[in-house]
Amino acid sequence: MKFLRDALDKVKPHFEKGGKWEKFYYIYEAHDTLLFAPNHTTKPKGAQIRDAIDMKRMMMTVIIAMIPCLLFGIYNVGYQHFLAIGQPDAGLLDMIIVGAIQVLPVVVVSYAVGLGVEFAFSVIRQHPINEGFLVTGMLIPLVMPPDIPLWQVALATIFAVIIAKEAFGGTGMNVLNVALTARAFLYFAYPSQISGNVWTYIGADNQALDGFTGATPLALGATTVETGEKVVTSLASYGEGWADGLYSFSNMFFGFMPGCIGETSTLMCLIGAIILIITGVGSWKVIVSVFAGAYGMGWLLNLLAVNEYMAMPAHYHLVIGGLAFGAVYMATDPVTAAQTETGKWIYGLLIGMLTVVIRVFNPAYPEGIMLAILLMNVFAPLIDHYIVIANKKRRLQRATV
Amino acid sequence: MSKFIKLKKGFDINLAGKAEKKIAEVGQPETFAYKPTSFHGILRPKLKVKEGDVVKAGTPILFDKTNDKVLHAAPVSGEVVEIRRGEKRKILEIVILADKEIEFESFQKYSTSELSTLTKEAAIEQMLAGGVWPNIIQRPYGVIADPAEAPKAIFISAFDTHPLAPDFDVLFKGQEVAFQAGIDVLKKLTTGTVHVNIDADAEVSPVFSQVKNAQINKFSGPHPAGNVGVQIHHLDPISKGDVAWTVTPFGVIQIGKLFLEGKHDASRVIAVAGSEVSKPQYYKTYTGASIKKFVEGNLTNDHVRYVAGNALTGEKIAINGHLGHFDNLLTVLPEGDQYEMLGWILPTTKKLSFQRAFGLLSFLNPKKEYVIDTNTKGEPRAFVQTGVFEKVMPMDILPTYLLKAILAEDFDEMEALGIYEVIEEDLALCEFVDVSKHEIQEILREGINLIQYS
Repeated sequence: MKFLRDALDKVKPHFEKGGKWEKFYYIYEAHDTLLFAPNHTTKPKGAQIRDAIDMKRMMMTVIIAMIPCLLFGIYNVGYQHFLAIGQPDAGLLDMIIVGAIQVLPVVVVSYAVGLGVEFAFSVIRQHPINEGFLVTGMLIPLVMPPDIPLWQVALATIFAVIIAKEAFGGTGMNVLNVALTARAFLYFAYPSQISGNVWTYIGADNQALDGFTGATPLALGATTVETGEKVVTSLASYGEGWADGLYSFSNMFFGFMPGCIGETSTLMCLIGAIILIITGVGSWKVIVSVFAGAYGMGWLLNLLAVNEYMAMPAHYHLVIGGLAFGAVYMATDPVTAAQTETGKWIYGLLIGMLTVVIRVFNPAYPEGIMLAILLMNVFAPLIDHYIVIANKKRRLQRATV
Repeated sequence: MSKFIKLKKGFDINLAGKAEKKIAEVGQPETFAYKPTSFHGILRPKLKVKEGDVVKAGTPILFDKTNDKVLHAAPVSGEVVEIRRGEKRKILEIVILADKEIEFESFQKYSTSELSTLTKEAAIEQMLAGGVWPNIIQRPYGVIADPAEAPKAIFISAFDTHPLAPDFDVLFKGQEVAFQAGIDVLKKLTTGTVHVNIDADAEVSPVFSQVKNAQINKFSGPHPAGNVGVQIHHLDPISKGDVAWTVTPFGVIQIGKLFLEGKHDASRVIAVAGSEVSKPQYYKTYTGASIKKFVEGNLTNDHVRYVAGNALTGEKIAINGHLGHFDNLLTVLPEGDQYEMLGWILPTTKKLSFQRAFGLLSFLNPKKEYVIDTNTKGEPRAFVQTGVFEKVMPMDILPTYLLKAILAEDFDEMEALGIYEVIEEDLALCEFVDVSKHEIQEILREGINLIQYS
């Protein structure tokens, strides 16, 4: 690999101070450091040795944790497609091909546009490229419906990277989760294109089956408030005739249902959670407390139930919608989550509880996890503030003894 | 009331090249240096000697104009051959070409029984004149103690948990009497307790375990259990307005010898260790020794970094450099100035990481020794990861918030978040594990300077 190193070294002077492409130094640096861990050594004073991990490795671990969701998402998009057009016996390969054709462009657009913005900012503001986008670029496609127009993905990515991240100074300084901001942007800017029949890709040349409505479990749940039907019955009867048991508990747990590309499968999210937890990259406290908060709130609503949606068994909340995905990949974002260890418990619990509250009581927003996380992103510094005050108080009390 | 404290947080960095427990013979180095840079807070150093002067061991060679009672003494006798200066003429090293036979300035001698009747004032006077006072370091700030101050307690850490740290049993063997005399003298300086903190997880040298006139506390756990700052935090923490003193065992022994033998004795044992040393072992020498003799012909590789002190808090020196006042270890590390193709992602078992994202299976082999070079293993980034500093910090302190308060120059926050309790070495592990590769020790010292001088 020496020739590669030599080639990089050869062009390096052009990018350094005084070189003709001086402005683009950080773009060069990003590629250089991606290919080769740099030759920087520690300063003469202080720690002479450093831990082997760096930001790239850490971010890459999160991407690895998302791969199960991506792969399953590709398959499921194809599977739901064939289910909806009445060909459930299509071959596995066909499903994967259809899914890949639908999903991969979203991934490519998200990365290409997002990195383009990153590069532009690194040139304008002369700062290194933030590795954070490696994760964001994968999160964005996974929370998009399979039918999303690509230009909307591009627009949402641009908005999120500029407004939610660069405006605050880049990775590490942002207040809001960048990928969720992209999703929220579409939700509010193009509401008609991100609700309704977007959760299953049908394709222009195909006709959906009779009885196909494109309703998600959350939407079905919300309608029971008025119809008075039991949620479980309503879910169980959905898809009768063309996809029996589509919204059965086990089906929803495994993820064989319509929804955003990467977030239908609770199982895949749990695999991701295990990767994040054993590598220590994601906080288990946040993940556990989000689930606990949602379950606890669901159970509390069961006790107080005045309508059928409130009476939906609490464990259903854990598998429908994007709760698992949000808990594992979004709430654990170290920058926007609470940063103190005690704060993480409070932060996660509140996200879980708010998610269920928004789902059940807010008719405008069938899915609550996105808003719950964004809301708690804003409150996370406040939670930390009180935890830090407690620490200061301990120190102060000691002084008077 | 002696205490037993078990610490769970922290991390032992197991470097390859531990010094073998034997004292090797090698010719005495030709030059020794006194390095004012070993101390913090020397504001206006004034030399008492110039190049060409002849000094004895214990001759005052330097003092600080802002604290002029504290004299700094030559560690060995000989001729001052060079005053090395850095930027803005800062004094870096006062180099002495040592005599073959060391001559000593003579000070008053005391027998053990006379020591018990010695007054505090007389003790301080002799310590200042004999040049042993700079061994006493004050907390907060980690600067040389002010003789006019009365500390609430004095703390002595009798073990070292840093990477490749020398075994104190080898360093201080047979120094029981001098150590006890030093403790007796220090006891006069405080109204509170003298704490001697020993390692609960290893055999303790009789130098420390038999000591009287002091409270012996046991500490168990990974690094930084041996850091005196951590020990203070658990025994008698420092709040605003408190002053505590710390002394290293070498300092205690040097103080003891000044009273028992009437001389400034800078003789000590040092360890030369590290993966690049062919024969890592101990040597008998004096404070401030030139490292050349110990490493010439004793290396497996010549692309190395010489570190005066340990790999976490030490300082890079040249081959003709000298050890500092507090250094009992020379660490030789491979220089890491090479590129590594996809080095940040390739799986390997050769690199050490506290974080499981890298060293996932390292728990299977906890005793494994690692060769770590001086590469930063990544580029500086903003604070992203949370919670990891707290895992290596066995103190009730939130390092991230403290560091952010320092960067924001928020004095009240710094105080409230515990800046009085820490000096560089206490946050060195945070610097090691930091994914964002901040210069944490440097940031902390900036904060301490802000608090102290403004």
